[in-house]
Amino acid sequence: MSNTINEIQDELIEDFELFDDWESKYEYIIDLGKQFPPLEEQYKTEENIIKGCQSKVWLHAFMDDNKLLFEADSDAIIVRGLVSMLVKVLSGHTPEEIAKSDLYFMERIGLHQHLAQTRSNGLASMLKQMKAYAIAYQAVNN
Amino acid sequence: MVGYFFIKPRNMPTIQTDLNIEAIRNDFPILNEVVNGKQLVYFDNAATTQKPRAVLDAISGYYEHYNANIHRGIHHLAEKATSAFEASRRRIQEYINAPQHEEVIFTYGTTDGINLVAQTYGRAFLKEGDEILITTMEHHSNIVPWQMLCEEKGCVLRVIPINDAGELLMDEYEKMLSERTKFVSVVHVSNSLGTINPVAEIIEKAHQVGAKVLIDGAQATSHLHIDVQALDCDFFTFSLHKMYGPTGMGVLYGKRELLEAMPPFRGGGEMIKEVTFERSTYNDLPYKFEAGTPNIADVVAAKYALDYVASLGKDAIGTYEHDLLTYATDALQSIDGLRIIGTAKEKISVISFILDGAHHQDTGVLLDQQGIAIRTGHHCTQPLMRRFGIPGTSRASFAVYNTTEEIDRLVQGLHKVKKMLG
Repeated sequence: MSNTINEIQDELIEDFELFDDWESKYEYIIDLGKQFPPLEEQYKTEENIIKGCQSKVWLHAFMDDNKLLFEADSDAIIVRGLVSMLVKVLSGHTPEEIAKSDLYFMERIGLHQHLAQTRSNGLASMLKQMKAYAIAYQAVNN
Repeated sequence: MVGYFFIKPRNMPTIQTDLNIEAIRNDFPILNEVVNGKQLVYFDNAATTQKPRAVLDAISGYYEHYNANIHRGIHHLAEKATSAFEASRRRIQEYINAPQHEEVIFTYGTTDGINLVAQTYGRAFLKEGDEILITTMEHHSNIVPWQMLCEEKGCVLRVIPINDAGELLMDEYEKMLSERTKFVSVVHVSNSLGTINPVAEIIEKAHQVGAKVLIDGAQATSHLHIDVQALDCDFFTFSLHKMYGPTGMGVLYGKRELLEAMPPFRGGGEMIKEVTFERSTYNDLPYKFEAGTPNIADVVAAKYALDYVASLGKDAIGTYEHDLLTYATDALQSIDGLRIIGTAKEKISVISFILDGAHHQDTGVLLDQQGIAIRTGHHCTQPLMRRFGIPGTSRASFAVYNTTEEIDRLVQGLHKVKKMLG
């Protein structure tokens, strides 16, 4: 049985508790960004793009065995690291679970300003889009 | 200017200047802010400058002592507010050397001024097939209003090209001019590159074919002397918030005969002489273009921003900023893999750059963590970024309160960014 959305969030919060300065925190995010597998070119379509003012985010969603899966990418490495965390938390759960999920880990880690910068990095729009997919697939399944 | 080649003691300016930078910094309370645990370094001055105490006091002083609606009231406060409001107009007239104070129209900012001209002069006097010239380095605010007009009227928008240094190709400009050219709208100083355009020459050439010229002075007014009569421009528009003044107000200067001939922009109170349900007659200049209650507090405070600049001396500021630009250009060029975008011979204190292997947003985020505020992105000049084949840049822009120590911190900060992203 895989972990719930909140269990994954709590793990991430725990991971970040190890860092006591901004540098190690951001080095870790950059590392996550580097390790995150790039989205296959065929999914980097105009349809999957979420345009921020500064960086781009691509989001690809598909259903597999009642679970909603996400793959994503960004052209900026820190956003890529943040995107990888959102994917880690939300991907692989049922649309119902994703739709009703409450994401608190960004705030707890102290990264909520990146979600607030709606126009600049597309991260907030990405999160909204992930939920929208969940609600859409939920409707299809019902 | 040998000063800055020496190792300097801390907190001493390394640039020779008659300005007391330490005292100037004390005039700007916000510079004491601590960001992410570090003393703020504010290098986003091309977006908006910080405001000196005199301007802050003028705003609160207005609200505390003489807030009233202007021009119509007969009571003491209304008279005092009206006098202060009109004093600001005359101060701005003097600042840009406009012949008459009625030619100084208050707007919400540079963008508003350009829209006003496009929507009134443009709609009234431009027609199908007429050509409007802009440059490759325009801000979106000097592109989109003309595109909207072209769509409506069938005018043709043409773009003056630039070279790789970010300078206008004046030969190409001359070739583009013809009897079809009816309007030229050009940025005085590029917000993305810092390039100072030869606007006097541009205006003269445009006038030779009978075209009218608007100068977007948003980035120019805080750094350069502006004399609209010497320039002979038909319109000049700028914002006060980029020159130590408040946000939400700007100025459109226009030659009187043009402003008189133009239809009004917005309808409402203040801009009318008489209203009946059948028709209205319009007020005289400048009120014809100032419908509704204006941004009185900020207009009043604008005068204090100009007085502040004058108290330091425009020339001294210009020289100091130029020295900061030279210092920063040398310092940034010493960083491996850093390329400056915009290397025009004539520049204001703006440096756009790209760092090999670093997305500009990552650069901005990591500098912010170090308390350093720069601007990253396309700077609302997407066509210009396309011309250089880049998605955006990082941009540091300097004002009179910045120091070489802060530039040193930027350089150290960028070394850290490189290390972390490398």
